[in-house]
Amino acid sequence: MKIFMLGWEFPPHISGGLGTACYGMTKGLDEIGVEVVFVLPTAVPLAAPSHVTIRTAAHLQAVAGREGETLFRNVTLHQVDAKLQAYASPPADSKLLQELTAQMQASLSKATTPEFIRILQTELASFSRQFTAGAGVHYGGDLMGQVFRYARLALGLARHERFDVIHAHDWMTYPAGLAVAAVSGKPLVVHVHSTEFDRSGEKINQQVYDIERAGIQGADCVVCVSHLTRSIVAARYGVPEEKLEVVYNAVEWPSDQSGEELKPIRQDEKIVLFLGRVTMQKGPEYFLRAAKKVLEKFTNVRFVMAGSGDMITRCIQEVADLRIGQYVTFTGFLRGEDVNRVFQMADLYVMPSVSEPFGIAPLEALSHNVPVIISKQSGVSEVLTHVLKVDFWDIDEMANKILAVLRYPPLHRTLRQHGHIELRKLSWRDSANRLLGIYNRLSARPG
Amino acid sequence: MASVVFYFQVHQPFRLRRYSIFDSDINYFDDWRNETVLRKVAGKCYLPANRTILDMIRRHEGRFRVSYSLTGTVLEQFRRWAPEVLKSFHDLAATGCVEFIAETYYHSLAFLYNRDEFIAQTHMHRRLMKDLFGQEPRIFRNTELTYNNDVAKVVEDMGFDAILTEGADHILGYRSPNFIYNPPNCGHLRMLMKNYRLSDDIAFRFSNRGWSEWPLTAEKFANWVDQINGNGYVCNLFMDYETFGEHQWADTGIFEFLRVLPEKILTGGKNDFLTVSQAIHRYPSVGEVDVPHMISWADTERDISAWLGNSMQANALHDVYALADRVLSTEDAALAHDWRKLQTSDHFYYMCTKWFADGDVHKYFNPYESPYDAYINYMNILDNVRNRIAAKVHA
Repeated sequence: MKIFMLGWEFPPHISGGLGTACYGMTKGLDEIGVEVVFVLPTAVPLAAPSHVTIRTAAHLQAVAGREGETLFRNVTLHQVDAKLQAYASPPADSKLLQELTAQMQASLSKATTPEFIRILQTELASFSRQFTAGAGVHYGGDLMGQVFRYARLALGLARHERFDVIHAHDWMTYPAGLAVAAVSGKPLVVHVHSTEFDRSGEKINQQVYDIERAGIQGADCVVCVSHLTRSIVAARYGVPEEKLEVVYNAVEWPSDQSGEELKPIRQDEKIVLFLGRVTMQKGPEYFLRAAKKVLEKFTNVRFVMAGSGDMITRCIQEVADLRIGQYVTFTGFLRGEDVNRVFQMADLYVMPSVSEPFGIAPLEALSHNVPVIISKQSGVSEVLTHVLKVDFWDIDEMANKILAVLRYPPLHRTLRQHGHIELRKLSWRDSANRLLGIYNRLSARPG
Repeated sequence: MASVVFYFQVHQPFRLRRYSIFDSDINYFDDWRNETVLRKVAGKCYLPANRTILDMIRRHEGRFRVSYSLTGTVLEQFRRWAPEVLKSFHDLAATGCVEFIAETYYHSLAFLYNRDEFIAQTHMHRRLMKDLFGQEPRIFRNTELTYNNDVAKVVEDMGFDAILTEGADHILGYRSPNFIYNPPNCGHLRMLMKNYRLSDDIAFRFSNRGWSEWPLTAEKFANWVDQINGNGYVCNLFMDYETFGEHQWADTGIFEFLRVLPEKILTGGKNDFLTVSQAIHRYPSVGEVDVPHMISWADTERDISAWLGNSMQANALHDVYALADRVLSTEDAALAHDWRKLQTSDHFYYMCTKWFADGDVHKYFNPYESPYDAYINYMNILDNVRNRIAAKVHA
């Protein structure tokens, strides 16, 4: 079984859980003997990764079809230089887009599966119009250009690869997935790590939604990261239930298990951690309001907000308004070893997400022996029982639970012990096996 | 002759309301929920089951006999929300075929933490039985059949004739629960041990269609009881009373089973029904059963890990009993009553993290979403109790 996998981020260059998920998933697939060619948009310096084969832009454009870099035994990583960035808001570059669109349409017209091509051509034309007319809220026009450039390059790459199934992660790779499926005639799996409704609430970006819907409707199977996401996809994207599957994410164990001893000298102060993008979706302001409530009862505590995002200024303002500045620390965006370090320092991790399709960070916290509070509006809440759960809007209850963890060591201890045990049941290998079942079913399907 | 000894446990806790650390009132209990549950169980179980048993006692002219223990907390709830249930227990008491067994008034684990409190609650319960049913209990059962040699000794010293416990395999070994035994460290106290196989056939397996013996008819069951003949004296069928109509719904045929069983047992005159006191007066002890460690009738482990299996439970139990002297020294009756209602074992059962294997049963009875919520809620209330004590002391 060989998979042509389309993704947009991969460690160490990640901005959210998607890269982490793709890394773990490909590693799990590798372990069970599934071959993966992983196509990435950007040329990133790979810091001696251990598991996928990667190709840089130079590789791709000049020597398309050659071997990529091997990351795992069975996983090859290709990178196409489309500068795909999920949460960027660069200025519009309509000329580039038009050019790319034209290129893509040209390459598509040579392909063989007419209905997909028609859909794509129509969608492309409409994206192009919409894009030139105005930009989206979260995504600059350049991003749309990148999405289609990525699709074109991936298509080029696909011509030189043999594979059984195409697997595309999140909307930015869906046009590429549809195009490759149209040309190759191979079944397409789209993997929904989040939907536009999760990212933007009801004020969705129509262009993004249209791409998402085209991908979800055009796919042979739609893999959702939770039942929560599955129900959103079923309700909002007009897709038959039987096409929907749920495959949960899992967690990589921290490689440095001796981390315990490396803990920094602890201050007397308890540390409550928020770690994630500081955006509406992640509910940072609920975290801060709960912090205010906690401080009414308990002041020997520091609230750490690790992450960056479009709400960071508002959050800093909120901290000032609530007059809790001396108890809150903003670290900015953390990656790699810094993430491990901040987890090791934390007494409690809080994920107050308003909408969280899955949420890998609580698993990472548990893997570092940190108890967690998660919002009930998260997919990960479907798989974890040894955690505390709250409604994201219920700041009183959030504060009640934060206080309980800080004040009662037996609670902290029991959550840690059982959480750690529970985590062992969530392995990427199991998720990979679920995916393999789907791949087998699709590739066995006639025509 | 094999004698069926039916013993039914009747209990409802005072469940706690959601109590946040930001709360400061002294209303700890969820009256609405407690009333709702009680009325529901009264309608589904207590009333129809009492009716059935009363009918059978009358029909068999006193040859059908059963024993009950009713906790102080469930009796308080009957008084408040279902006096008709209390009335039906009075009717049963009046037949002379029903024995009431003593336990800790608050269905507590006091024995593990505070001997004086254990004795005080047992006296309270004894008085209650005397007041309500005109009986001075001669038999004791500890909460959830928790038992060891020490419990037996204390109970004997309090003047009881016998104690009930679980016929756990790891205690009995090759011996049968169908005899009367005595603790190694007691003079006259007798032990009756639950025949958990036959008890659970009714309490747990009755409606299980995957069970090879399903459907369980009264005739078949009476046959199994008859096999004890010549090989034992008693058939100790101990179970939650809520088995009838609540755990096994009426449509499973459980009431018909209960209605027909006396006749099937009594037919032929080989077997009969006895209350616990009658059983120990008729049959001698066949030997000692040594129980150095705590056992109970819960879960597959038959130990106390359902209430004291993780550090939250240990902490909550320790903390509630640590308040004993201070609560009692305030001589505030309402405070003492609240504190004792917080000792009811159910509160700690809700904190159990043994989700797997026994998880289903635990979840079924649990008003909380998780054991962690149960602990947090409990500890917040205990905090308030501490504040009340402090306020009293400073007043």
